[in-house]
Amino acid sequence: MEVPILKQGRFLIATIQAALSDADLLHLRRALIDKVIHFRSNGVIIDVTALDVMDSFATRTLRDITNMIRLRGADTVIVGIQPEVAFAMVQLGLTMEGVATALDLEEGLAHLQQRATGKS
Amino acid sequence: MPALQDIVVAIRSDGDIVSARQQGRSLAAAIGFGATDATLIATAISELARNIVMYAGQGEVSIRNLEISHRKGIVIAARDDGPGIRSIDDVLRDGYSTSGGLGLGLPGVKRLMDEFAIDSELGHGTMVTIKKWLTK
Repeated sequence: MEVPILKQGRFLIATIQAALSDADLLHLRRALIDKVIHFRSNGVIIDVTALDVMDSFATRTLRDITNMIRLRGADTVIVGIQPEVAFAMVQLGLTMEGVATALDLEEGLAHLQQRATGKS
Repeated sequence: MPALQDIVVAIRSDGDIVSARQQGRSLAAAIGFGATDATLIATAISELARNIVMYAGQGEVSIRNLEISHRKGIVIAARDDGPGIRSIDDVLRDGYSTSGGLGLGLPGVKRLMDEFAIDSELGHGTMVTIKKWLTK
């Protein structure tokens, strides 16, 4: 299950469209890092609205992606974590410390734009 | 109501983890669990199935409907013939992981469910059984 990555100016938007296997998540990590480098992007949004479960592997991979992208000087926002998924993550003991999250794509974009103007 | 079919998913690769949790979610919904509980159950299955792939290589996850004197619920058993667990007390401690921090493992799974049991013998494998009851 390939995750489409759209380029929107200096930002990239990755929209997860179905449940992802561990291999799919690692593929997404690779693809996003490559594109951030290629396009010199300064912001990334990962839309996880369609993710059925965020277990330890998914959470860790998303955190890794965010950290790697940060080393390139770019920001990542995770958007669309479903309420029941958030509930399960907290029960499981998973946190997304240091990772920006937003309710949806619109708020995620607003967050990135704010960060971009703050920097310039 | 049609009989709820028992599910057995062979776990051999990471794709089977997704399959097991999706089938578990469907059965949970058929039993009557709401979206939140179904997600907790699917998340617990995902963690147990990943433990099988990571530590034992292969095994199986069986998912059944429970009905005991008007109480309804779901029971999941994750079984493998892998190396087994040396110290069950250790793996039930929060923050313990033998795989370099991948996953919080069993204490988290225990918190997601109502009942949790583990049986493991060194060199013979591990079976983790978890249950969740439907609350009215």
